[in-house]
Amino acid sequence: MPLITEIDYGTPAVSSDKTVTLKVDGFEVSVPEGTSIMRASMEAGIQIPKLCATDMVDAFGSCRLCLVEIEGRNGTPSSCTTPVADGMVVHTQTGRLKDIRRGVMELYISDHPLDCLTCAANGDCELQDMAGAVGLRDVRYGYDGGNHVKTRQGDGDNIRYMPKDESNPYFTYDPSKCIVCSRCVRACEEVQGTFALTIEGRGFDSRVSPGMHENFLDSECVSCGACVQACPTATLQEKSVINIGQPEHSVVTTCAYCGVGCSFKAEMRGEELVRMVPFKDGKANRGHSCVKGRFAYGYASHKDRILNPMIRDNTSDPWREVSWEEALTYVSTKFRDIQARHGKGAIGGITSSRCTNEETFLVQKLIRAGFGNNNVDTCARVCHSPTGYGLKTTFGTSAGTQDFDSVEHTDVVILIGANPTDGHPVFASRLKKRLRAGAKLIVIDPRRIDLVRTPHIEASAHLPLRPGTNVAVLTALAHVIVTESLYDEAFIRERCDWSEFEDWATFVADPAHSPESIEILSGVPADTLRKAARLFATGGNGAIYYGLGVTEHSQGSTTVMAIANLAMATGNIGRPGVGVNPLRGQNNVQGACDMGSFPHELPGYRHISDDATRDIFEKLWGVKLNDEPGLRIPNMLDAAVEGTFRGIYIQGEDILQSDPDTKHVAAGLAAMECVVVHDLFLNETANHAHVFLPGSTFLEKDGTFTNAERRINRVRRVMTPKNGYADWEVTQNLARAMGLDWQYSHPSQIMDEIAATTPSFAGVNYDLLEREGSVQWPCNDKAPTGTPVMHLGGFVRGKGHFVVTEYVATDEKTGPRFPLLLTTGRILSQYNVGAQTRRTENVAWHPEDLLEIHPHDAEQRGIKDGDWIKLASRSGDTSLRALITDRVAPGVVYTTFHHPGTQANVITTDFSDWATNCPEYKVTAVQVSSSNGPTDWQIEYDEQARQSRRILPHPDAAE
Amino acid sequence: MSLSQTVEEISTRVTAICDDLAGLEGPLLPILHEVQETWGFIPEGALQTIAKKLNLSRAEVHGVASFYHDFRHNAPGRHVIKICRAEACQAMGGDAIANQAQRKLGIGWSETTPDQSVTLEPVYCLGLCACAPAAMVDGKLVARLDNDRLDRMIKEVRS
Repeated sequence: MPLITEIDYGTPAVSSDKTVTLKVDGFEVSVPEGTSIMRASMEAGIQIPKLCATDMVDAFGSCRLCLVEIEGRNGTPSSCTTPVADGMVVHTQTGRLKDIRRGVMELYISDHPLDCLTCAANGDCELQDMAGAVGLRDVRYGYDGGNHVKTRQGDGDNIRYMPKDESNPYFTYDPSKCIVCSRCVRACEEVQGTFALTIEGRGFDSRVSPGMHENFLDSECVSCGACVQACPTATLQEKSVINIGQPEHSVVTTCAYCGVGCSFKAEMRGEELVRMVPFKDGKANRGHSCVKGRFAYGYASHKDRILNPMIRDNTSDPWREVSWEEALTYVSTKFRDIQARHGKGAIGGITSSRCTNEETFLVQKLIRAGFGNNNVDTCARVCHSPTGYGLKTTFGTSAGTQDFDSVEHTDVVILIGANPTDGHPVFASRLKKRLRAGAKLIVIDPRRIDLVRTPHIEASAHLPLRPGTNVAVLTALAHVIVTESLYDEAFIRERCDWSEFEDWATFVADPAHSPESIEILSGVPADTLRKAARLFATGGNGAIYYGLGVTEHSQGSTTVMAIANLAMATGNIGRPGVGVNPLRGQNNVQGACDMGSFPHELPGYRHISDDATRDIFEKLWGVKLNDEPGLRIPNMLDAAVEGTFRGIYIQGEDILQSDPDTKHVAAGLAAMECVVVHDLFLNETANHAHVFLPGSTFLEKDGTFTNAERRINRVRRVMTPKNGYADWEVTQNLARAMGLDWQYSHPSQIMDEIAATTPSFAGVNYDLLEREGSVQWPCNDKAPTGTPVMHLGGFVRGKGHFVVTEYVATDEKTGPRFPLLLTTGRILSQYNVGAQTRRTENVAWHPEDLLEIHPHDAEQRGIKDGDWIKLASRSGDTSLRALITDRVAPGVVYTTFHHPGTQANVITTDFSDWATNCPEYKVTAVQVSSSNGPTDWQIEYDEQARQSRRILPHPDAAE
Repeated sequence: MSLSQTVEEISTRVTAICDDLAGLEGPLLPILHEVQETWGFIPEGALQTIAKKLNLSRAEVHGVASFYHDFRHNAPGRHVIKICRAEACQAMGGDAIANQAQRKLGIGWSETTPDQSVTLEPVYCLGLCACAPAAMVDGKLVARLDNDRLDRMIKEVRS
């Protein structure tokens, strides 16, 4: 297994209908018109020496190393900035070019330290490679003159010398090694779109500067790693490489953080992970990354990881480490005993959106075939279940319609209830690139998210609606489109049911739904809303991207359908550049839904009551399946409190922290006899567990994740599971302990079973994934290599279905006791409940959750920036520090839920989406007041958590 | 104009300058010039305000402002003497003139005399090579500089 080295073509690919043929060093090569000579040469296998060029960023032409001679033209133009022409004859190596290159290289090296042997980039340094390539043998200049290398000059300090900046936890900036090629500056601008770097000064004084001569941590840098990736020297270098050394082999795998599903090369030294490098052939990320995927993998080897199975009879007891056999026998005995006493339906399980498709499939199979009931649910319940319901109703499939590449063809984007620069950073970078190229943006969000205005990006409209009024605002947009006849009649007549459209049009055209009427309840100025509607309907290819700000409401499903209506009415479905795009939160939440994690659905979104579907599984599994939908998570907890639900197997979820109304969850868990938690860490849910089964990380197993664009990406094992087994093996062993005869020896066999039973996965197998890299479902005979864009010729369900979306205000209302509305979200450096990211250096950016509050509301309450405040709702209270900002409107407060100390979900209520029970996280009526510190509840909770995490010393360790 | 202007006052004035000039094509340089015109230098905090107003990053504005030596970050003396240090002036005895200016004023390059009367700066070519050595005093060109002329010039600005 070698180190995968991707070819650097020097300049980005160009697409053109016209092909140009030229000759490079005697070889003929044909490339699209507009391609650089450098790229054309590389395609012919001829590498022209270069330093400032790399194919992730546009050509710059500053290093003067890539010069070539062209017959019939004067001089020595740079090959990176010179486009090819038909019949051109190029020479890349002539006596004249060799002399120039050697002279240029000599100058570079005259201001660069000669410590190659002890340099972290030794073996991975383009400067070193180029010195070799041009045959540099001597540097005549010495360091007596001005330089950036030595700390002293003459008798005094060298004023040009700058010490290393080690402020970023993951990489260092060593200005003394910088050759000022500005690749990092351009990567930050063109790839990431943050513009955090510049070249300060001029001439010989030029240096890379984060922000205004700040250190990296204090600057605008978001630590995405694009600059480190672009740097040809050791100037920007991963600390892990400095500490460990160069990797010797690499494996392509998929990030286990958000739903973008970036491909990475895990670069290894033996079984030690040296670094994660974004993979250029990754179709979701196209060679880009964010701080989480690129750097925050330290949790995999964190000391908190539990590596042995543990059991205890009472949750007040300390944990006792046991063998795998003892733990699994304990679980199977308990579960069977509960079923004998309380009936088959008294146990259930929860699948994980962080585990692989294969693992999720096995957990639901264990429950349906082994437990003999359908009490299976997943965390998608609390995030995108309304997406499944809404899109299935309107279009016929429970998934986004596009691939991420589609954004490159978009002209107008509506972004609603999503904050991609924090939640889906790599997609955000791709979106920003398109926006800088001229696409327009409409943001619908209570909070002024970064994309409303950030360097070089300005939204054409921001609709700062009151939390809970999504449906009203979307219907008002539809009102403008219908009443001003901006809808796409041809599309609707061809692709949708016209009479349904007419009913819907009559509904939205009602003056009660006009922007002017809606303004009173949504707070969105009517003229802004009208402007936005016109822009979306007439601006070209319109795409809608949305997140949990849409789904986590009492009208979540209705909002999804309102979005679908808008896309259909404007004809924005069924081609690149348009569509309805849910930004899924977790790495495999799409996959977990696809794999039949819901109590009413078998894999492939087929209802459990459908005899034909059940028959397929019954035949293969050799058991009779229950045809009644099972319990959802909230129902399981209710039943537990009532005493009819007694045992649960939870794989890779922390429902105590992630689900609403923490106290209710805790009461449900406490009422059960056997709570089995299968996780990496003793998470908050494990405080109430009787059995703990240690889990494995994405680095320790094979499988697949399905991202937000339905892309099935391979996850590849790069190291032995520290806990002994991959998670699919643990589930299989549990199934065997319960008497099931499962004989999987590799996850590929599980995928074969999925393909054999699920039409949309029929063509998927590991050989195909190996060949194609990844595929987007549906993948079957009709689409053997997958489906990038859905509903091309017509909707999956036949005719697109317009649904009347009546706005119903949530029952969660503000009043004199709770006058503010709390909405929740996330932040770039942290992920979900933070179990992973809190155990990495990412805490440098976000050590605690903060409450954002408008200066007006803060002043009324006498709250200053950084004060401890008490946040109270009808459900409970908690304390955290305040951050005063006008990002939120008066009357709205905002916080994140990354830290268990804060427990924002103590505050959230148990109101939920009418169709799917998805909790209403985004709207809670609250009051904010001054406080001295943590509330009694938090202190009690901390104490209980500390107590319940005690582990008895291992018997072997006792003297 | 008082030197003890508060951050808010600077921000308000810079904001007004940005509002006036933001409509120009490539407004950053004209804005930096106007700010320097107003205070004689670019006061602390001004670049952040400009970045925010023009929707640029702090880094970008810093990159541009630091590229041009003429944008100062500290208040200059009441008079600014720039002496050409480029090739033609050096060939015509510019080194001696430069040394004498430093000696007479008792300061080095880009420094200001303790009485705040004069700032001495190097400049690279004023386009007066035919009449070298050359200098510039408060924006006015001085050609064919010799020791006497330099002494008179310094006396004049310090009086």
